[in-house]
Amino acid sequence: MGYKIEKATEIADNIFEFWINAPHITKNARAGQFVVIRINDSGERIPLTISETDGSLVRIVFMAVGKTTTYLSTLKSGDEIRDIAGPLGHPSEMGNFGNCVVIGGGVGIACLPILARELKAAGNNVTGIIGARNESLLLLKDELATHCDELVVCTDDGSYGFHGFPADILKKKLSDGEKIDCVWIIGPGIMMKITSMATIPYKVKTYVSLNPIMVDGTGMCGSCRVTIGGETKFACVDGPEFDAHLVDWDELMSRQRTYTAQEKESLKLFQDHQCSCGGDHHD
Amino acid sequence: MTKRAGDERIADFNEVNEGISEQNAVLEALRCMDCVRPQCTKGCPVNIDISAFIRAIAEEDFKGAAAIIKKDNMLPAICGRVCPQENQCEGLCVLGKKEKPVRIGALERFVADREREAGMTLPEIMSPTGKRVAVVGSGPAGITAAAELARYGHSVTVFESLHEAGGVLTYGIPEFRLPKEIVKAEIEQILDMGVELKLNHIAGRTVSVEELLEFDAVFLGTGAGLPSFMGIEGENLSGVYSANEFLTRVNLMHANAFPEYDTPVMKGSRVAVVGGGNVAMDSARVSRRMGAEVYLIYRRREEDLPAREEEVHNAIEEGVEFICCANPVKILGGPAVTGIECVRMEMCDLDESGRPCPVPMKGDEAVFTLDVDVVIEAIGQSPNPLLVSLIEGLERGRRGNVIVDEHGLTSVDRIYAGGDIATGAATVIEAMGTARKAAVSINEMLMKK
Repeated sequence: MGYKIEKATEIADNIFEFWINAPHITKNARAGQFVVIRINDSGERIPLTISETDGSLVRIVFMAVGKTTTYLSTLKSGDEIRDIAGPLGHPSEMGNFGNCVVIGGGVGIACLPILARELKAAGNNVTGIIGARNESLLLLKDELATHCDELVVCTDDGSYGFHGFPADILKKKLSDGEKIDCVWIIGPGIMMKITSMATIPYKVKTYVSLNPIMVDGTGMCGSCRVTIGGETKFACVDGPEFDAHLVDWDELMSRQRTYTAQEKESLKLFQDHQCSCGGDHHD
Repeated sequence: MTKRAGDERIADFNEVNEGISEQNAVLEALRCMDCVRPQCTKGCPVNIDISAFIRAIAEEDFKGAAAIIKKDNMLPAICGRVCPQENQCEGLCVLGKKEKPVRIGALERFVADREREAGMTLPEIMSPTGKRVAVVGSGPAGITAAAELARYGHSVTVFESLHEAGGVLTYGIPEFRLPKEIVKAEIEQILDMGVELKLNHIAGRTVSVEELLEFDAVFLGTGAGLPSFMGIEGENLSGVYSANEFLTRVNLMHANAFPEYDTPVMKGSRVAVVGGGNVAMDSARVSRRMGAEVYLIYRRREEDLPAREEEVHNAIEEGVEFICCANPVKILGGPAVTGIECVRMEMCDLDESGRPCPVPMKGDEAVFTLDVDVVIEAIGQSPNPLLVSLIEGLERGRRGNVIVDEHGLTSVDRIYAGGDIATGAATVIEAMGTARKAAVSINEMLMKK
């Protein structure tokens, strides 16, 4: 018993896209929500944002960095994962806000398609700004282009599109007096922190999707607690999207590093094991 | 019951109490006075016919004893282990007035373990009614309601958000107090009765409130899963856990066996557990088993500890150091925990619960610091708001609990509730008692229509 991966693809350098058959999730899934997956009986529960849905299929996108994501990346179309629970968290605030900007950094770009699509369907004018370190790490730009009225692509090294960060583009648009009503920023903590500072002087409503460490994802453990405007919130049930300007970023990033040593140990053991059994690791 | 020595116990997660032998069970059963008006049953939240099952044991009819218990309680191996019998059945046993009460809990456990080893028999199930009931949560309340409703012939679907059933029995109570194999076996029999279990289904999200209301009735058994925090400085440092998180990592995710299992936990070399209830004892004893020195910090006196006396004894035997009349004021460190600052407490006037009220002592000498690298807060849980906050018109009390009438009915038609979501954090057996009452009412409501 498990959930079948209908299609597994490496869509950018070390970044993978899985379409998983999970009708119980797609039925009520909305932009901004996430799933918790567990690969096998000894696996950990990890949260992943819902990137898109299609019929009974839910798409998740991840970069192979730790043991769980590295193991996940070895799975192929037709394989199964043990558990997928969701959709979890509050859906994104939705409505006709006017001009919306959705910004993605790195793997965070993968969270934008479902959001851009829903915003567009709600009647908004949608601008997408995506950024990656270099061209080989860019993902889903053609798909995003179909949901956005305008899509700006940036790379840190200038290997594709604008040479610079999404924050530069956002700042430029704001200082040029472009009317922006609502902004979403999804990416690594430091990228969300810096990018969201751009909208403070203009008092533009800015949402970020926080990704602290979680266990159950249903409000039961408090592992994902974050400080928002001086108050402790649970990202899994109170979020995961929050007002960017109220987030205690340093605490979030510090808590994310709680298990760095254990994560390294776990990954090394897995890689050593993979080497000794020819890289084919299936339970 | 025989118990291994404390220092031997903390070397593993195996069960602490090893149970009672057949011979001793029969001898113990023969002590029962078989009272004309038995008091023991009055103390049982699910009203097990205690003297009848004890009589069966005395006659060495162990299968018959199991059948008697299971008329009222489908989880006897669990209850025989975790019920606070000293305050319930055993507390009312007439023998207790002069000598020791009959060890009813040990006997219940003996009968249940015996039956599980010999092969379990299912209770009789009435013919199908065609009615469908949704049960939310697979903890003690949900499982009890599901079993009762299935027995009446209704079609029951249980929605569980985690990847394993059992609720607090699975994620909360440690292996050494309640082996998970036993939880699995007792839940398995409910599924054998035809109950459908849907794991990874979060009611309110995976299944919307509207979809739940498509059932003929809904039972909410979502428990008291929301952990409380003290609200003191340093609480969000790395290494500060709610007891829920710490215990879930170990009990459900097997973090004690990291890296064989992928979920990590900070084991700590010196751990402070804050609180004095059973959950605090569980956290402290798990920490001891992972090799830490453990301080248990409790704001009242030792005699006020709300945990079961047996669990307090177990914790002491296992080397947990109790620091009573003290309360944390600040967690030190950054980004990781390095210590906890506490203030000594003195007991003043009685509060509304009739207990002396702990008040911080004044002056610098009342403040002390413990060097610790992990802090576990076991100061209570409140009802889980995830689903109940989404149900329109559902009345809730001040502490977030769902308000029910004497039948377990909420303010919303066809929605019933039982267990901690209705009562606030309580015991396994009390949750089962309220769930059973609600199930009886659901059946009456469904059969009237």
